[in-house]
Amino acid sequence: MFEDYLNIAVRAIFVENMALTFFLGMCSFLAVSKRVTTAVGLGAAVTFVLTVTVPLNHFINSFLLRPGALGWVNEGLAAQDLSFLRFLTFIGTIAATVQVVEMVLDRHFPALHAALGVFLPLIAVNCAILGASLLMIERGLTLPESAVFGFGSGLGWALAVIALAGIRERLRYHAIPAALRGLGITFLLTGLMAIAFMAFGGIQL
Amino acid sequence: MLRSLLDRLGAPFGEDGRLRRLWPLWDAPDTFLYTPGKVTEGPSHARDRLDMKRLMFTVVLALVGPVAMAFYNTGLQANLAIAAGGAPLPGWRTTVIEALGVGFAPESALAAVVHGGLWYLPVLLVTFAVGGAWEMVFAVVRRHEVSEGFLVTGMLFPLILPPTIPLWQVALGITFGVVIGKEIFGGSGFNILNPALTARAFLFFAYPAHMSGDRVWIAADTTPDAVSGATWLARLALDGPEAFDAPFHPTGDAGITAWDAFWGFLPGSMGETSVAACLLGAFVLVVTGIGSLRIMLGVVAGTALLGILLNLVGSATNPFFAVPFWWHFLLGGWAFGAVYMATEPVTAPSTNGGRIVYGLLIGALCVLIRVVNPAYPEGMMLAILLMNVFAPLMDHVALRASVRRRARRAAATLPGS
Repeated sequence: MFEDYLNIAVRAIFVENMALTFFLGMCSFLAVSKRVTTAVGLGAAVTFVLTVTVPLNHFINSFLLRPGALGWVNEGLAAQDLSFLRFLTFIGTIAATVQVVEMVLDRHFPALHAALGVFLPLIAVNCAILGASLLMIERGLTLPESAVFGFGSGLGWALAVIALAGIRERLRYHAIPAALRGLGITFLLTGLMAIAFMAFGGIQL
Repeated sequence: MLRSLLDRLGAPFGEDGRLRRLWPLWDAPDTFLYTPGKVTEGPSHARDRLDMKRLMFTVVLALVGPVAMAFYNTGLQANLAIAAGGAPLPGWRTTVIEALGVGFAPESALAAVVHGGLWYLPVLLVTFAVGGAWEMVFAVVRRHEVSEGFLVTGMLFPLILPPTIPLWQVALGITFGVVIGKEIFGGSGFNILNPALTARAFLFFAYPAHMSGDRVWIAADTTPDAVSGATWLARLALDGPEAFDAPFHPTGDAGITAWDAFWGFLPGSMGETSVAACLLGAFVLVVTGIGSLRIMLGVVAGTALLGILLNLVGSATNPFFAVPFWWHFLLGGWAFGAVYMATEPVTAPSTNGGRIVYGLLIGALCVLIRVVNPAYPEGMMLAILLMNVFAPLMDHVALRASVRRRARRAAATLPGS
């Protein structure tokens, strides 16, 4: 039991890292990794949003969307299949959660709120977050499993973005060829980091 | 004579010569052979005999043991396999050996060195020719001197390759390592990942058939299964400790002893098999202050801790859990990685706290990948690369902690502030 959860978490953090194995959430991964402190903030925000939205979407999917989910309302609806609404409802849940996070940050951590700037609302369309919800459906996880999976995915993404920020803080003093400065070198760096993360590829607990 | 030849050759590369833009091409051999005559012209002037060239050359000296093993052991393993019923691989190497008349006798040290050299030297030459050419191109285009950093990368890279690797792959690998691993980040001293390991990882994932498996570690044809060409790590992953009792050497000896593994007369990458050679190198690097003892001890501790833990936990399905932890020190690229790769000053953390954490995690990860990841029998390369990625972060955390500690101390000693 406990081992299953540990397995899901380890897989989500290391083996199937959202950023470096699936290359999801690349826009904010590349854009908000210039400083370690902001990367930590964004990583925490993404982890929080994932931990909340994945189980929430699981709940919505089980009781509203999946084929036969409406059976609890009355027998006549048991044949309905609303799964074509998945994208729409999942995005809606995510956007609402992000809105709450933004309000909390704005009220209690104004410095972090300012540093994250436009990327905080952009978490709403961060593909890592929608991706985790869709993967959760595809793998048929249970509700507690999906919470662990969401948390692990967020932690893995945060780990990758913080490591990238650590490297990029150092890169400021490097004589990088002019054509590659900025995003160019960051793309190449992401590729090299992905090679290093292949250390975990294939681990089975 | 050499001096005047260099001066004569160097004239067109000078201040107003025709080949001024190609000046690094002349500067590299010149400063390699002679101490530059230039001195600093300002008032403050710290002088130390240890410059980049001396430092890199010390590392190359520390590599004498593994290089000797690349010559001897590569040939020895091939000749042992041939004596046990394998055949020499067809190709120019066999023609050369037959022409020289040294033969393939496994008892003859000369035959082993000649046979090993014929596999090792071409790889070394290709590495230096191709990698050196890239260094020159970047030096000329970016108008700085050719850095000595490549000397070490070029020595390390062939030592971590299997002997049978095709030479075009060597060229491709070192190109990736030098250009993508190092030059685009600003050249020597600015690489994020170890260039030699980046090159090897690239080959490992791009051409797994030539970089892993049972057929690549012995430079002889073992097709009729006269000899098992699998490395010991691969066998342990399959059979656990029982693998030690299975016949190993073609001579019919049963199993291996820890001493065999310590001296390194086993199949494997060309220069990595001998722990003894690496210990000698570690001694040189630590005494001269080039390699960090903290990192090396960290790797030892990390490997031992996780190895013991896995021994205690045990596993019903994975026989590798039961292999005594100290075998991790003796097999595969562990010693070579811990001594020459993990301690590379550019990619390792530069804070003392960071170094210990870095070493510990490399050791632990190496064991973890070896034991629980069936995809890769060896874990040292990827463990070091992964920790290279996190090294700047470790420095960042260690620096922040130090700043906070000092601020607190200052606040405590200066009551007014």
